[in-house]
Amino acid sequence: MDKPLLKIDNLKVHFPIKKGFFGTTGEVVHAVDGVSFELKKGEILGIVGESGCGKTTVGMAAMYLTPPTEGHVFWEGEDIGKMRPSRLRALRQKMQLIFQDPYSSLNPRMTVRQILSDPMDIHKVFTGKDRKERLEFLLTTVGLSPNAADRYPHEFSGGQRQRIGIARALALNPTLIIGDEPVSALDVSIQAQIINLLIRLKQTFDLSMIIISHDLAVVEYICDRIIVMYLGKIVESAGFSSLYSTPRHPYTQTLLSAIPVPDPEKKTKRIILKGDVPSPIDPPSGCRFHTRCPQKMVLCETQEPEMKQFGSGHSAACHLY
Amino acid sequence: MTIPAGQKILSIQELKTYFYSHQGVARAVDGVSFDLNKGEVLGVVGESGCGKSVTAQSVMQLVPDPPGKIVGGKILFHEKNLLTLPQKEIRKIRGSGIAMIFQEPMTSLNPVFTIGNQISEMFRIHKGYGKKQALLAATEMLDRVQIPSPHKRVHEYPHQLSGGMRQRVMIAMALSCDPEILIADEPTTALDVTVQAQILDLMQTLKREYNTAIQLITHDLGVIAEMTDRVVVMYAGQVVEEAKTRELFKNTLHPYTRGLLKSIPVLGKRTASDRQELTEIKGMIPSLTNLPKGCRFSNRCPQAMDICTQQAPELTGDGSGHNVRCWLHNRIQDHG
Repeated sequence: MDKPLLKIDNLKVHFPIKKGFFGTTGEVVHAVDGVSFELKKGEILGIVGESGCGKTTVGMAAMYLTPPTEGHVFWEGEDIGKMRPSRLRALRQKMQLIFQDPYSSLNPRMTVRQILSDPMDIHKVFTGKDRKERLEFLLTTVGLSPNAADRYPHEFSGGQRQRIGIARALALNPTLIIGDEPVSALDVSIQAQIINLLIRLKQTFDLSMIIISHDLAVVEYICDRIIVMYLGKIVESAGFSSLYSTPRHPYTQTLLSAIPVPDPEKKTKRIILKGDVPSPIDPPSGCRFHTRCPQKMVLCETQEPEMKQFGSGHSAACHLY
Repeated sequence: MTIPAGQKILSIQELKTYFYSHQGVARAVDGVSFDLNKGEVLGVVGESGCGKSVTAQSVMQLVPDPPGKIVGGKILFHEKNLLTLPQKEIRKIRGSGIAMIFQEPMTSLNPVFTIGNQISEMFRIHKGYGKKQALLAATEMLDRVQIPSPHKRVHEYPHQLSGGMRQRVMIAMALSCDPEILIADEPTTALDVTVQAQILDLMQTLKREYNTAIQLITHDLGVIAEMTDRVVVMYAGQVVEEAKTRELFKNTLHPYTRGLLKSIPVLGKRTASDRQELTEIKGMIPSLTNLPKGCRFSNRCPQAMDICTQQAPELTGDGSGHNVRCWLHNRIQDHG
């Protein structure tokens, strides 16, 4: 069998809280607490969850931009944590990021040419004569005109800036693109343009993607498989259609019911949760969702549920099953 | 109030709010008219820059001046034109007649005062309560918006509360003087979905309890479908379509509204593993300082005709309350 492109094994990322003059205290934010998953080649994986669930940190740790506290990340079977820095640097060509905010993720003092050339300069590819051709290719691929190269980011609208960010991510011919809320900051009519572009690019360049988002509708539309996170843990993982048709975990059910449907004829019964997401500094014992779960049992307070398989790649961590 | 349900309490007529900048005059709101009826939830939907927030700010007269200026139109609240009232009268209406909640609950609360202090200010100013009495009323309001242990929370500062709680505080403050109209500008946009569900639920409960008319400004068509009775769709400073919510979704007339509805991914719609491409609205919103001649949507419209780039269409309807600003549906005007 083919090795997965990316394998994440029991990943934990903890951030110590700095306090006082020497910056030491015992408190730790459990941003990601034991997450494992695999990404097959050519797959689009979605990670959804609310703010503070650790979805962005998973993405950062997968690229080793945030070194994990515990656990391993394997790239085609090779442990990234054990790589020499030069090897890791070379590997970074293969994995690229698209950020949420197209306003703050582009340097306002650089022209589009400089922004797109930067990664190519660093990795010494497409040098000399090839550069001009490459720039034109990148800009037309993302739907911008080649003469955009000599303009500055402020001359572009939000959607166009996001296209520049995508062109930058494509500059080095990556294998994997991680999009951290790539369409959240955009207006609905522009959002559709960028979603279509991402899917087209995936098909033309045979990319693998991880899309991190809080918007289940967007993730369901783009992704083949979806992981739902809550407070640093995976609560459910399934193919897009089986997640929607048969959500197993009460949190996933709540999340799905909470999304307003743009159809006034369809009156959905919303499941309303009590309270807010607990603090990841001191996460609840047992199942982390038990403080808000509408179907809580006594067992949930003390014992952490294991991931259970439901067939065809659908799994959930809940004591109900 | 003695006004029966269904009667209009707020009427915006041909409102024009312009912003004067070095690049020229941005016509942010350019001849907007709509009514708000008693006890109704009116949705105002549109993308950034369409003028939905500036319309609301104009009603409250919170438009920053300079660079903004209300240059024309009328805003009638109980037949009184708010635009000609003296500042003193406006201050009385703000809060007690018309209240507003904003998108970002962190920046709209003052970080150096306790929330109890900020809510009781409403009672002290508008109802002349004493300090103690006002604080008691504030605690009661917190209880009303379902904040747990309000007696403790009333002494806390905004940073001690979560995003959802802060929005509850904002709602408590807005409703503390029984306003007839609540203008909610993207009240749930900054919140997580499960918290959004809580806030929308709370707004529905309070609406029933207080019988407040709500003007809900949002870009989320899902929220529009679930919350509103009637919708106004705005584009580039103008109303392009207006209808009862069900009617708008069932019988969409304007190409822009249709484009908006088709461009959003809908949960559960994708059945096969190969997806249909989302319908895009080509291009982008025109600059408000340099609007296209004729219909403002004409340069992006898939159904644009010759007349669309020449002459601006009017907002017309067949009398059923479904109005549209589009040459495709402008038959009524032809007949006079």
